[in-house]
Amino acid sequence: MNDSVPIPTLPSPFRLIATLGGIAMLSGLLVVMAYEVTAPHIARNRREALQAAVFEVLPGATVRSNFFIDASGMLPLPDEDLARANLFAGFDDDGRLIGYAIEGAARGYQDIVRVLFGYDPNREIVIGFTVLESTETPGLGDRIGVDPAFLANFTALDVSLTDDATALRNPVETVKQGEKTEPWQIDGISGATISSVAVGNGIRDSATRLLPLIRQHAGGSN
Amino acid sequence: MPPPARPAAPMNWETFTQGLWKENPVFVMLLGLCPAMAVTNTAMNALAMGVATTFVLVCSGLLVSLLRNIIPKQVRIASYIIIIATFVTITDYAIQAISLDLYNALGAFIQLIVVNCVILGRAEAYASKHPVFNSLVNALGMGVGFTFALLCLGGVREILGSGTFFGVMLFGERFQPWSVFVLPPGGFFVLAFWLVLFSTVRRARERREKEAAHAA
Repeated sequence: MNDSVPIPTLPSPFRLIATLGGIAMLSGLLVVMAYEVTAPHIARNRREALQAAVFEVLPGATVRSNFFIDASGMLPLPDEDLARANLFAGFDDDGRLIGYAIEGAARGYQDIVRVLFGYDPNREIVIGFTVLESTETPGLGDRIGVDPAFLANFTALDVSLTDDATALRNPVETVKQGEKTEPWQIDGISGATISSVAVGNGIRDSATRLLPLIRQHAGGSN
Repeated sequence: MPPPARPAAPMNWETFTQGLWKENPVFVMLLGLCPAMAVTNTAMNALAMGVATTFVLVCSGLLVSLLRNIIPKQVRIASYIIIIATFVTITDYAIQAISLDLYNALGAFIQLIVVNCVILGRAEAYASKHPVFNSLVNALGMGVGFTFALLCLGGVREILGSGTFFGVMLFGERFQPWSVFVLPPGGFFVLAFWLVLFSTVRRARERREKEAAHAA
């Protein structure tokens, strides 16, 4: 410490570095402590949020199990391993398969819209839908998560596969409000066209990618 | 080294109330407007943002004041930023642990507390020059003032824009909400309204004080 040095003199570079280094170390200590304390709570919150979403899109489901599915097969994952899972199976109290919850994502009006939808492999339809993450305009685009007429699209949306089970027979598409004529169409929300199209695209892309894999590895009716 | 500690400003009620009214960060100093506009679409978000910012203000004020005689002038801004970023990160984890819904609603604005000029402003203008207890009280006052301002914005915007206050339905089913108030333009309208109110009150008080001084 050079307390008596007149003001114009610079402190030694060593002192500057030591001060910044010391503060950075203190900072690191505090951040790591906060992380250690909060990490289990954050993980539990994430698990609960996903659990709630999975049960919401698979009406009647009370038990969830996680899977990772790709061309090589369907790999069961432990309950805590949510980060790698891309498929969630939902079972009822008697252990019967209700369906699979699958995540979809597509570009919306503001940002990527992430959705979760429930797939019933026996009837080959979408049986539930919820928005996981969206920053769509409040009052307009964010109605994709709450508008009852829009949500009614996802009680029996047709996602049946072609006979060779490689693709959707009819790709899911979003049409203008009131113009839905086919079971694979989503009746959009006027005033939230881009957001409702994003939902349709997200479901179509994920369904096209994952449903053939589910058919191949899990069978159509187990 | 900073010159020997100046006689500290006396600690009084003003140390706390400064931030509430006379130097309210949002309504008088017009600082920290980015979060003030961005997350005040509901009263709950406004309150959460205000509390988070207050926490960072108080903790960083405390640490900056504690270290004020150790940190050389040349690296003070860098030091303050590290200190502020530390507490913002802690806040970020804490909010995720408390409620993911809240965390998602506040979005990037939690992390952006790092660059809230109210906090760096307090560190530079007050905490680095005053003893620990004064800095603590002053930061708390500023935080409460900031929270109050955010609630003023968020309350009005939620009531008009959604017909609710803290999620409680106010007007019944038939109320047609003015969605514009929860959108960014509504934030500007409501802010302008509060600024007019605040400056009118301030001018009136200044005029009264001047007249009183004349009369004396």
